[in-house]
This record gives sequence, structure tokens and C-alpha cells, in this order.
Amino acid sequence: MNPRLRWRKFVSNFMLTMTGCCALVAVSVLFFILGYLVYNGGISINWNFFTKLPAPVGETGGGMANAIVGSAKLLLVATLIGVPIGFLGAIYLAEFSGSKVAFVVRYAADLLNGAPSIVIGMFAFALVVHPFKQFSTLAGGFALGIMMIPITLRSTEQFLLAVPRTLREGAMALGASKWKTIQTVIVPAAYRGILTAILLAFARVAGETAPLIFTALGNQYWSHGWTEPTASLPVMIYNYALSPYDDWHRQAWAAGLVLLALILIINIVARAILSRGISVPRA
Amino acid sequence: MHASVRPAVSVNITPPVTTGAHRETTAPAEMRMSISKVNFWYGPKQTLFDISLGIATSKVTALIGPSGCGKSTLLRTLDRMHETIRNARLEGEILLDGKDILDQDVTLLRRRVGMVFQRPNPFPKSIFENVAYGLRINGSKVPMAEAVEKSLRHAALWDEVKDHLHKSAYELSGGQQQRLCIARALAVEPEVLLLDEPCSALDPISTAKIEELLVQLKDLCTIVTVTHNMQQAARISDFTAFLLTGQLIEFSPTPQLFTKPSDPRTEAYITGRFG
Amino acid sequence: MERHFEKDLNELKERLLWMGSLAERAVHQAVHAVLEADEQLARRVLDEEDAINELQMEIDDRVVQLLALHQLMAIDLRFVLAVSRINNDLERIGDQAVNIAQSATRILRHPRVKPYVDLPRMSELAEEMVRNALNAVVRRDVDLAQKVLATDDQVDHFRDQIFRELLTYMMGDSSVVFPAFELILVAKNLERIGDHATNIAEDVIYIVQGQDVRHPSVDRR
Repeated sequence: MNPRLRWRKFVSNFMLTMTGCCALVAVSVLFFILGYLVYNGGISINWNFFTKLPAPVGETGGGMANAIVGSAKLLLVATLIGVPIGFLGAIYLAEFSGSKVAFVVRYAADLLNGAPSIVIGMFAFALVVHPFKQFSTLAGGFALGIMMIPITLRSTEQFLLAVPRTLREGAMALGASKWKTIQTVIVPAAYRGILTAILLAFARVAGETAPLIFTALGNQYWSHGWTEPTASLPVMIYNYALSPYDDWHRQAWAAGLVLLALILIINIVARAILSRGISVPRA
Repeated sequence: MHASVRPAVSVNITPPVTTGAHRETTAPAEMRMSISKVNFWYGPKQTLFDISLGIATSKVTALIGPSGCGKSTLLRTLDRMHETIRNARLEGEILLDGKDILDQDVTLLRRRVGMVFQRPNPFPKSIFENVAYGLRINGSKVPMAEAVEKSLRHAALWDEVKDHLHKSAYELSGGQQQRLCIARALAVEPEVLLLDEPCSALDPISTAKIEELLVQLKDLCTIVTVTHNMQQAARISDFTAFLLTGQLIEFSPTPQLFTKPSDPRTEAYITGRFG
Repeated sequence: MERHFEKDLNELKERLLWMGSLAERAVHQAVHAVLEADEQLARRVLDEEDAINELQMEIDDRVVQLLALHQLMAIDLRFVLAVSRINNDLERIGDQAVNIAQSATRILRHPRVKPYVDLPRMSELAEEMVRNALNAVVRRDVDLAQKVLATDDQVDHFRDQIFRELLTYMMGDSSVVFPAFELILVAKNLERIGDHATNIAEDVIYIVQGQDVRHPSVDRR
């Protein structure tokens, strides 16, 4: 084997190893975090954690029941705001808009997507908290909902655009109006993708902390209705982690584990739905 | 001596009658659709120039010509599908049963003039729901099961799918999917059926089945088909229009066009000496 | 799967067979016009000639159309090409029948030359050949076609015999030259009819077996 060939082989193997190691590092970070969380928080995952309110300062045995319920309520409001707007906006972009309008809307959506979540929280504060002089679940949900909009919109738009033109033509050639076509053919054809888009948006905002700090604030006790401040998992983690109490530290780890597990499960489910096949196969 | 003429023939035949399978060469009286001085533009570029021809009722009319000659464009004007494309502009008159189609509501028009596309495009629904689609969106009150069966029979697909009506349409083969699309179009009982190169994505046997189907469907509705395969036009059509770079060169009864075309360009095309 | 051009093929066949039956009838009537000195029969043959000629043109038209519009292959292609040829042979048979009828009108002005013995036999053979050839077309029967081919020699033989016999009569009595000569012509026409029937039989073999048996002496290997 001549020297040149030997050198090329060496370089090839070296790069293979290097890139392989980097990939391994990237993947292993996830498992590292997961492992750390399990190790530190696993012991605190017990029945109390899920059912009890936080104990007074210094006492042990409390739980995060209110934070769990609070997060659920916040996400519900967020979904009710973010999903319809994102979904219908995506339909408009995919089906009705001209290229200029579409360009502007998409650009704006992408910018919104990149906006710092704390800034969105401030916006929600100014709009919902300040006028009513009240921190509330609604405000928190509002902030999270705004964050869900661009994600839902862009993903849904992609999946709607992926529906082949021939399907639209087929429906229109049968005398379906534009809206009927969307309703009966295009959306059903893209439903897996749309569902995935919603789930991923949900998973994304589930862990947001910054916007909640000055919208939902926090609550030691149960939050009643929608207009009271409420505890939420991310904020609890923030508070407990910075506290001097070991018991609270452990609970923070446990909350982190629960949150991560939730998000991982949603992601896995979303990918499973998508992998069952896009509804419309190629001819 | 009395001439006893013995029976002259043992070949037992009587004078033959014309069954009508032999294609007529006389022009028929009735035109289901008529196209008058149609011009068409995609943006600044004109693609159809002054086209005028009549579509005879209950006959098969074929549009042939080399790629890019405008035959698909012309076909799509007949059910106003050109309007789904931006920058498309049409001038001229297209009449269906004497009334201008450009004045009518387009969704109503498309129920009377159906279309089948080049690549089969069934919806991601069951076979039954595909055929029933047109009826459902029109709010039709007819019993669905019967209407679906009737259409599938007309499309020569019933026997193959009658036990699998609730399976996804995508489980059918290409030829079956195309017949499904034909059944779907027939379900709303159109007066005219437009087919844009319906067999170009299919194998020869599926193609033969669909050709036979189209010949039989004449009794049910008027048929207009675009094909780049002129032998197909020769096999199944009663009238053929030859287009070249957006112009109508010749429009004649099919037997005449393929045996004694009147324009040398037509002859060059059908003898394969074109280009 | 039945294709719609099969209807066109069947109509073509029907028309060919109808033409064949008209030709057969014309021969039959023409010969009897001679044998029975029947002027009316002769006239009928002349009147019915047009029908045969019209059919020939219609059949040719249909052949062209079938070939242009349907890409016929194998047996369908051979059939249509053979029909085109048989068409011509049938028209020629019709012409021969007309010639015989014309001879009949001329012969009947003279007393009969001699009792007709060979002529009826020859005409029966010729008619049988035509009939068998047409049946062979209908049934695509190669054996029947072969039989027609074999009969041709006999018909030729009869023509020679009639020729010799009438020559003797003509040499013996100059007043019978005119009618005798016409009778020789009739025999000649019948022999030609036999040849055309032979051609039809050869076409049948071509249709069924794809073999061209027209000129066995030509070596095509």
C-alpha cells in the first residue's frame, strides 16, 4: 500500500472517530442529565410528592400537588389560546395567502419564536396582570399561549403544505369549495402532522419558567379558579433550588425529574404518531 | 326445362346490418359543449390561440398533440380548473348546453363537468368514502350505499372491491385507484367527464381496461380525453382534435383524421415524422 | 377481455361473407343461364353486379380504417390483410360470373351445340370450390382449404376436356363455331373462378397458420 493511500486511510479513520465521539457526547448529555435527576430526585418521588401541599418552611413531608395542578391549568389555558390561533393561522397561510403576505407572517412568526420568554412574560404582565392588579393563572396561560402560537403555526403550515396538490385538485374538481376542501380533505390528510405539532408545542412550553414568574407568580396553597396566582412546577424548582433547605432541594430534583419525564414522553409519543406514516403516501 | 335453382349458398347468412360499432363519419347534430374563440394566458405568455370546436354529446372526443401544445390547458378550461392557478387568464366563450360556463357558479359547474387526473389521486379515506365524497359535500339525500355501488359498477370496479369497501383506497393497485377516481367522478352524475391522460401512469393491461370502460361510458356521459398516446385516441375516440403550439390544427371524425388528414402537419404528427 | 374493435372485426367478416354469398349466387345463376338458355337469369346476374362491387369498396374502406385505428397484431392483422385479398378475389369471381352471363345471352340465340355433360360437372365443382373456400373462411378450417386446393386440378382438367371436345365440333361443322366458342369462354371463366377460390383457400391458411403457401416452388429459406 503506497504512503498516500495510507495517509488517506488514517485521515478517514481519525475523522470517523472524532465525529463519532462528538455524536456520543451529544447524546450522552441527555442520559447524563436523566441519570443525575433520577439519582438525586428519585428518592423524593413518593405519594406525598404528588398529593400534598408544600410544607411550612423547615418542615419535611410536603409535596407539590398544587404545582402539578397549577401547571396543568396553565397549560390548558395556553393550549386553548395557542392552538386555535396557530392552527387557523396556518390554514390561512397555507391555503389563502399570497406570497407577500405569507412571507411577512412567517417572518413575524419566526421572530416571535425567537423572542426571549422573559420578554413575553413582561408583555403578558403589562397586558393582563397590570390592568387588573392581579397575578393569575390566566396571565400565565396567556404568556405560554403566545409562545405556543408560532410553533404551532409553522409546523402546522408545513404539514398542510405537504398535502399533495393533486388531492386539492381532486376535491375541487368534484365541486368542493375551497373551505370544504380544507375541512374534508386537507386537514384530515395532515392530521398526524398537526397533532404532532401541537404536542411538540405543548412540550416546549411545559417547562418554561421565566414568563411565569411575573404572571402566575406562585402560590403556597391551592389556587382557586383562574384569577388567582398559582404554583407551577418550573417556578417551584426555581424557588426550592435556591432555598437553603435540603428537603426542598430534594423535592426540586424530583420536580425536575417529573418535568423532564413528561416532556420526554410527549416527544416520544409525538414521534410515534408521525412515524406511523404521513397519511398520504406517494403514488 | 324448369330452372330449379338449388340453394346457392350453404354459408348461412343474411344481409348484415350496421350495429353502430363502426364509427360514424357524418357530423352529429348535438353538441354538449362548444368552445368559441378561446384564448388563454399564463401571466404574459399566451398558450392558446383562438380555439373553437364542439364537443359532441355521448361521444368520445380526444385532444392530441406534442408536449406543450396546450391540450391539457384546454381541457382544464372546460371545468374552470384553470382558475386554481394564479395568473391564468381566459378569454372567449365556453358553453355547456348553450349556457356560458363562466357565468355559472363554479362549484355547480364542476358537478356537471367532472375530471379525472393523470395520476390517480384518491383521498386518504376508505373506498366507500371516496366514492361517496362528491355526494356528501353536495348534501345529497340519496341512499349512499346504492349510489356508491352504482358508480363502482359503472367504473367496472365493483366486483373487485365489493367485499372491501371500508379498506383504505391506498391499498388498491394503480389501475384500480384510477378506476376508483372514475367512480368517484361518476357518482355525482356529471354530464361531461374530462380525463387528463388517464392511463399514462398505468400498465398496459390497466390501460386496456380503462379504454374499454371509456368506450362503454359514452352512453352515460360525454367524454373528453387528453392523451399523448395517439394510438389510444385512434382506438377509442369518435372525434379527434390535433393541437400544435396552442393552435387547433385539425378537428375531424377520428377515422378520417387517422386515414386522410387534411392538414400536412397532422399527417406529419400521426405518421411519426414530427420534429 | 373483449375489446370493442372485435365488433368492427365481426362486421367486417359478416360483410365479406355476404359478398361471398352474392358471388356464389351469381356464379350459380350465370351457369344455369347457360345450361338452361334462360335469358332472365342472365339478366339478373348482370343487375346484381353492382351490389358486389359496392361491397368491395365498403370492405376496403373498413380494412383501412381498422388498420389505422387499431394496432392489430398476429391473427387479427393477418385476418384483416387476408380479407383485403379475398375481397379482390370475390370481386373477380363476380366479374367472371358476369362474363358467363353475357356468354349465355349470346349462346341462346343459337341452337344447342351438344348435350351439356362436362359443363354441368365442371360448374358444380367450381361452385363447390367457392362454397368450401368461403366455409373455410368462416370456420377457419385449414383442412377444408386444403381440399379446395386439391380440387383445382380437376377443374383444370375439365377445361382441357371441354376445349378439346368443342374443338372437334367446331372443326366438323362451321355453323357451330360461334356458340361453341362462347362455351369455351364459359369453361375458361369457370376455370378462373376455380383459381380465385384457390386463392381464397390459400388466404385461409395464411390467416390460421401464418404461412404463405401461394407459390410452393419459390424457396424462401
